[in-house]
Amino acid sequence: MVDHALTGVATSAESSGLKSVAADFSSDRKAFRNVSWGKAMMWIFLLSDTFVFSCFLISYMTARMSTTVPWPNPSEVFALTIAGKSLPLILIAIMTFVLISSSGTMAMAVNFGYRRDRRKTAILMLLTALLGATFVGMQAFEWTKLIHEGVRPWGNPWGAAQFGSSFFMITGFHGTHVSIGVIFLLIIARKVWRGDYDSQARGFFTSRKGNYESVEIMGLYWHFVDLVWVFIFAFFYLW
Amino acid sequence: MAQATAHAQGQQHPIKLYLVVWAWLFILSACSYFVDYFQLQGLLRYSLILLFMMLKAGLIVAVFMHMAWERLSLVYAILVPISAVLVFVAIMVLEADYTLFSRISFFGTGS
Repeated sequence: MVDHALTGVATSAESSGLKSVAADFSSDRKAFRNVSWGKAMMWIFLLSDTFVFSCFLISYMTARMSTTVPWPNPSEVFALTIAGKSLPLILIAIMTFVLISSSGTMAMAVNFGYRRDRRKTAILMLLTALLGATFVGMQAFEWTKLIHEGVRPWGNPWGAAQFGSSFFMITGFHGTHVSIGVIFLLIIARKVWRGDYDSQARGFFTSRKGNYESVEIMGLYWHFVDLVWVFIFAFFYLW
Repeated sequence: MAQATAHAQGQQHPIKLYLVVWAWLFILSACSYFVDYFQLQGLLRYSLILLFMMLKAGLIVAVFMHMAWERLSLVYAILVPISAVLVFVAIMVLEADYTLFSRISFFGTGS
């Protein structure tokens, strides 16, 4: 019986494509083979977060499609005058580049983490956190500017009232995600810096021993935040 | 089996790969910014926005989040449920059209 079960597993490991998916889910063992529970759970959390942001963007779409009042032109609303020249969406473009750069440094931090290069990993994670904080700072500037211009969740000077509520809800939720990400980046970067993952020190919260996969799991969250911004940039600012 | 060995030591890829993807994300973001800067309108604008968005999202998920090297059962478990979002979008497009129609025919324009 045991032999039979073992051969079953061996064949399922060699199958590919849809057959491997069917074999994994019907194996009566953990479905995500070779994937640690931490990583699988982060992915499942990110999937649920995808639905949260999808609901925001879909409600924004519904509001914008069904209103009879013209929608404010984001290209003009978010324009900045720099050196006497009005540039459309310039702040949003800079924010996009900042967030993409932070994703790049995070991806490299994960790579150096698996190479056990503590110094480079920690520095790259701190750089990621710094870029994330810069992003939140620029978002705070943008909010301040719009609030001074009279944008409120219930109205604005340029058109459809739902513009304000959609804007504050979507960018506010995204900014919260970035802020939480920055805090977690600092926590993980400190652990890497101290060598907690090499010395097998126990965590302050879970009392578990960590390993460098935590850096990759942190990276998954951070890239997701960047990913959500790609969609917000396309649908809210450019559309 | 190569997949399994890659996992045993964690995700190991050359740094160059990340730099190349980073550069592409910069280029694609610049392209989507220029869609707005040059005030492209109509179908061209929307299709370009969607194209650059999907390319960026694909690069981030596949390379930065290492989805391209994950086991297929995890990939499907994450990507297949997202199709429900597309169904939701379709439902709400119909709903929004109907709401707009009702507003125009019962309340007149501009309300």
